[in-house]
Amino acid sequence: MTQPGAPASVVRLKHVAKTYQAGAIEVRALKDITLEIPSDRFSMVIGASGSGKTTLLNLVGCIDTPSAGTVEVCRQNIAALDDDAVADFRARNIGFIFQSFSLIPVLSAYENVELPLLLVGMPAAERRWRTLAMLEAVGLAEQARQQPNELSGGQKQRVAIARALVKQPQLVLADEPTANLDSATGAAIISLMRRVQADSHTTFIFATHDPQLISHADEIFAIRDGELIEHRTVAAP
Amino acid sequence: MSILFKIAWRNIVRNRRRSLMTASAVGAGALAMLLFLGYTTYIFLGMETGNVQRLGHLRVFRAGYFLYGAGNPTAYGIDSYREVMTLIGADPVLRPMISVLTPTQSLMGIAANYSGDNSASRTFLGEGLIPSDRNRMRRWDQYGTGNVFPADLRMSDADPGRGLIGAGLARILNLCAPLHLADCPPPPASARSDEPRGPVNADIAELAGRDAAASRGAHGPEIDLLAATVGGAPNVVSLAVAGAQPQGVKELDDAYVLMHLALAQQLVYGREEHKVTAIVLQLRASGYMSAARARLAALFREHHLDLEVRDFAELTPFYGQVIRLFSSIFLFIALVMGMIVLFAVVNTMTMNVMERTNEIGTSRAMGVRRGQIRAQFLLEGALIGAMGTAVGAVLAIVIAATVNRSGVTWIPPGNSTAIPLHLNVLGRPLLALGVCVGLVLVATLAALLPANRAARLSVVDALRHV
Repeated sequence: MTQPGAPASVVRLKHVAKTYQAGAIEVRALKDITLEIPSDRFSMVIGASGSGKTTLLNLVGCIDTPSAGTVEVCRQNIAALDDDAVADFRARNIGFIFQSFSLIPVLSAYENVELPLLLVGMPAAERRWRTLAMLEAVGLAEQARQQPNELSGGQKQRVAIARALVKQPQLVLADEPTANLDSATGAAIISLMRRVQADSHTTFIFATHDPQLISHADEIFAIRDGELIEHRTVAAP
Repeated sequence: MSILFKIAWRNIVRNRRRSLMTASAVGAGALAMLLFLGYTTYIFLGMETGNVQRLGHLRVFRAGYFLYGAGNPTAYGIDSYREVMTLIGADPVLRPMISVLTPTQSLMGIAANYSGDNSASRTFLGEGLIPSDRNRMRRWDQYGTGNVFPADLRMSDADPGRGLIGAGLARILNLCAPLHLADCPPPPASARSDEPRGPVNADIAELAGRDAAASRGAHGPEIDLLAATVGGAPNVVSLAVAGAQPQGVKELDDAYVLMHLALAQQLVYGREEHKVTAIVLQLRASGYMSAARARLAALFREHHLDLEVRDFAELTPFYGQVIRLFSSIFLFIALVMGMIVLFAVVNTMTMNVMERTNEIGTSRAMGVRRGQIRAQFLLEGALIGAMGTAVGAVLAIVIAATVNRSGVTWIPPGNSTAIPLHLNVLGRPLLALGVCVGLVLVATLAALLPANRAARLSVVDALRHV
């Protein structure tokens, strides 16, 4: 439960479980997870590979459905929405940053960043200045016309960050965003994310298996074998 | 829509070799179908033009003639046919539609040549008509086929004694030499008869001798035509053969006689009232046929005339058979090409979906709806189909133009002479458009299956796909 004076929760999970069927074997990826993630914070979900971090992010990102329990994101019970409504909800409220960047290869950096604004039907003029401003914010104004295959890994992830943030979502989910980057670039990316999070007051949920990144987090959620084993507030709101 | 188009188009360009191969398959389909369509159009329009030039669009008969009249054409003569023609020609609805309105008399009998040592006879199928009207009818060319004929001056309205016969009949009646017919060898010696004329031939010769005085003076070799009059009496007239007119079908070529209407009427009606077996209407355009036919039926009902109307397709079952045959072949080719296009596009789009599974997952996570994913791949299939079809259509037009200018000739079935081959690709523009639209639709439809698969992908599974 949210304590009095604490920031409002942007994500609420109540007794959430997720079970996969892998052939004849039933895999329990998440087991009875109940948690609240406060808004305007840089939260980190940490755990070893296979601990259930990505499954948790998928449920929070409304791209997967729980086997049991309820998922509430931005005060919306996701189970109450049909497929198109969930897609529209994601388009408006959630930004994604993936480990493998996942840029649309046939679109330029500018077009990749502009795409989420097209999905919410933003007028062209506003779309243009917002896209350019976002590229400027991540330091890629010069590379706006370049195709993804002309960008370095770090630049691609910057484009992905700009794409996730350009629509000013309530929630940004980053699943191991530095795993495919060298340590220096990874550190720069985390610094960038922390900076834009602070500027935009967007809630970031960052999943990682790297304990060294804990120092960047405001909130830490530790997961092991599909269970939440620890929730710790590192930095006071 | 523009972003969907952009992504679809750029993916086509990105996989240019694969897209090119698929578009080539669509293009080959369009090329084959349009060229064959051009050929069938040429055949259909050529046959229609030939039939309309020969038979007119519509023929008015006495009721029952179409089913029973061939056995005894004279028994189905139209009474007071000039009044009927006046009625038709003066009708304000029909008048603007009609190009030629002319009477014709079908008849049958025995044709014989007793000049010199000849003693040859043969049953004939004859047609009596007005030569100037025939010449006008042979100029009809609504579709611009180029198969128009100059006025045939071998027959004239002023000389009812002159006529034409089939090249086969000319050969049978030993008229090759007098008519200067090529490729017409004399009969083998063993087949020639030195015996005196039989009783029937002798009778004909005698009848002809009596009638000959009235028919002398016409140009060309003369033959005698014997027929029974409506009263049942034998009658003979002489026909000055002005030339041989080869017919495409041997049975007809061996029996065909074309004569002046007056001569035909003289032969079958004698001193009785002259009638005709049909009134021919050649219309300005084939599109008037149904309207003209309906108006004629109304006119005949109104005036209590026991007449029926038949169109050229009913009179020539061969025309319908050819149409159906070529239509079946076209349908078969369309099915084969459609299947080729279907499989080529399904294969390409399936590969595209597989390769872009992660991209689909990313788009879905960002908020792209399932329907938009489906639309993107459908658009891609449609674009490949449209590009292939466009190239195929342009190639078909270029190839057709080249063939049409090359002067290649051929002898179509039922024809006796070679005519230029003409691929009329745009002769039936709606059908050509239908072929193109159909191929694009097949390509789009072929993309539906992979597009649905892409749209139904689980976002999590798609994002996990490497």
